[in-house]
Amino acid sequence: MTKQLAGIAASPGIAIARAVVLNAEEYVPVRTTVAQPERETARLQAAIGQARAEIERIRAATEEKLGAEKAAIFEGHLLILEDPDLIETAESRIREEAVNAEYALYETAQTFVEALLALDDETLRERAADVRDICGRIVGILRGAPKRDLSLLSDECIVVAGDLAPSDTAGLNLEAVRGFVTEVGSRTSHSAIMARSLDIPAIVGAGPGIRDIPDGALVAMDAVEGLLLIDPSPEELAAYADKKEKYERRRDELRAWASRPTASADGRRVEIAANIGQLEDVQKALDNGAEAIGLFRTEFLYMGRDRLPTEEEQFRSYKYVLEKMAGKPVVIRTLDVGGDKELPYLGLPRESNPFLGRRALRFCLSRPDVFRPQLRALLRASRFGNLKIMFPMVAVLEELVEAKRLLEEEKQALVSSGVEVADRIEVGIMIEIPSAAVSADLFAEEADFFSIGTNDLIQYTMAADRMNETVSYLYQPYHPSVLRLIRHVIDAAHAAGKWVGVCGEMAGDLTAVPLLLGLGLDEFSMSAGSVLPARERIGSLSHRDWQTLSKQALTLSGSEEVQSFVQARMEGRQDA
Amino acid sequence: MIAQSFTVANPAGFHVRPIKSFVQAAGEFPCKVSVSCKGKTVNGKSSLSMLTLGIAAQDEVTLEIDGEREEEAMKTLGELLVRIHE
Repeated sequence: MTKQLAGIAASPGIAIARAVVLNAEEYVPVRTTVAQPERETARLQAAIGQARAEIERIRAATEEKLGAEKAAIFEGHLLILEDPDLIETAESRIREEAVNAEYALYETAQTFVEALLALDDETLRERAADVRDICGRIVGILRGAPKRDLSLLSDECIVVAGDLAPSDTAGLNLEAVRGFVTEVGSRTSHSAIMARSLDIPAIVGAGPGIRDIPDGALVAMDAVEGLLLIDPSPEELAAYADKKEKYERRRDELRAWASRPTASADGRRVEIAANIGQLEDVQKALDNGAEAIGLFRTEFLYMGRDRLPTEEEQFRSYKYVLEKMAGKPVVIRTLDVGGDKELPYLGLPRESNPFLGRRALRFCLSRPDVFRPQLRALLRASRFGNLKIMFPMVAVLEELVEAKRLLEEEKQALVSSGVEVADRIEVGIMIEIPSAAVSADLFAEEADFFSIGTNDLIQYTMAADRMNETVSYLYQPYHPSVLRLIRHVIDAAHAAGKWVGVCGEMAGDLTAVPLLLGLGLDEFSMSAGSVLPARERIGSLSHRDWQTLSKQALTLSGSEEVQSFVQARMEGRQDA
Repeated sequence: MIAQSFTVANPAGFHVRPIKSFVQAAGEFPCKVSVSCKGKTVNGKSSLSMLTLGIAAQDEVTLEIDGEREEEAMKTLGELLVRIHE
């Protein structure tokens, strides 16, 4: 009978192989009294020396296989071997209590493991695994039972374990290991991070059910869905083999697009950018081949805390992203809070209609004490890369003019106090309020670019809250009314020689992409995971054909008609 | 003995890598380095003890430094606390 388990898909992929089950039980040393404590401290020192040599070897092998960045965690391990609060405390325990080295070290390490597991922060809790890993290694050396060497696994297998220590994953023989499954862990566990960088399918946190998997059992794992079959039937096995082949073919196809520029089949170049909401997202954007950051939401700096971020803190974050993008464009949006996104420390009054209330730029213009430091931080960061500044929720021209005036004032003040600021910083606006879309030609005089925030633009155009289930059917990205607004914005911008992007979900929507390309959109900004499929889609389209087709689509009567029109064309049918 | 408080700016908190830089820098100084956060005080030369403080972004951290070259140590270590680490 097939048994099924579920866990967290930590590193995507599909694998079918026999299980190698590692003993998950931790060895707990027994306390014994010793006659000569100094012999125990000497044993401990020798074992630490050997552990250091082993870790150094694993570090070097990891560096060769995965690069210096991934090997850095072992430098952290080497640091633990020298940690005064661990080693000196264990030694003084040996001397004062006259106990064996194994016990003294284990007990001392245990206090750190417990202290780390008690923390709120998941990343820090995971560090308990490092302490266990190192302590287990030293104790293993002391008792003459060194760790099983996973680099010696030679047959294709899926490793099943309670948890995999970093030194285990680093040593895995990649020729043999097809995947791994652990009982505990999360997406941020060492084992999960390692699996992603090794590109091995992994399911973590599959629970105590894995203890019943017999060594050598056939296992089929789907680390896209986080499912695990033990002793699958021939039918299930065939289905998994099929799934595996399809998954891997698709993955390879997409990867090929990461290093290519974005262009339609007939050679129109457009830009695919990524939306980011925190500093960690930048790397993901680069890994997926994003050509720019099209929307950097700055709210993370302001939320989940009890006071405003300082100008200095903001400056450091902006500078970090600009430098990381190394000259590629970075569009940073000024604070978009108020209304439903609350900052309790500002004590804003509750509004009965927050989406139509004093949010975003409206709020910022009313609170120069909040807005000016952000503008200064942006200006100071401008010389570290290709910065573009974007104001959200602009309804009337006066708001843009006022925001630009404040920006210019801050710029002059900085320059006259000797601070270096980039000569030319593009300043643009989000188009998300219908008034701005309809009169885009007026704004094009004052703005260097537009970025259409389709999520809000659709809500405001339809006057329907998409979170309200009873009216969410009105959230219709393909509706001709929305598309006509987008066309108008693009035409108005181009007439004034300005560029236009979309930074809402529509930009990465594969059905919307052909229409947006045909309407002449210059920049598509989306979550990092959508970049490659969108680039592939654009590469398959004829810009010239879609110029005509998108005009036709705009004459259709509704959203569904547009959707089936696009889908029929994509499938090569002419009937719709 | 000198003491000073700092606010941690690194958005991801003060985790493994920042702590590693901190502990290594602290180890270069002969003076005693104590680090306090949220009512707990630990040895600033121990990475494990520093980890157990669970320092998050925007936490206020106090350094107490005592001994030879304490001024220099305060300047170096304070800078590491407020810096943004990769």
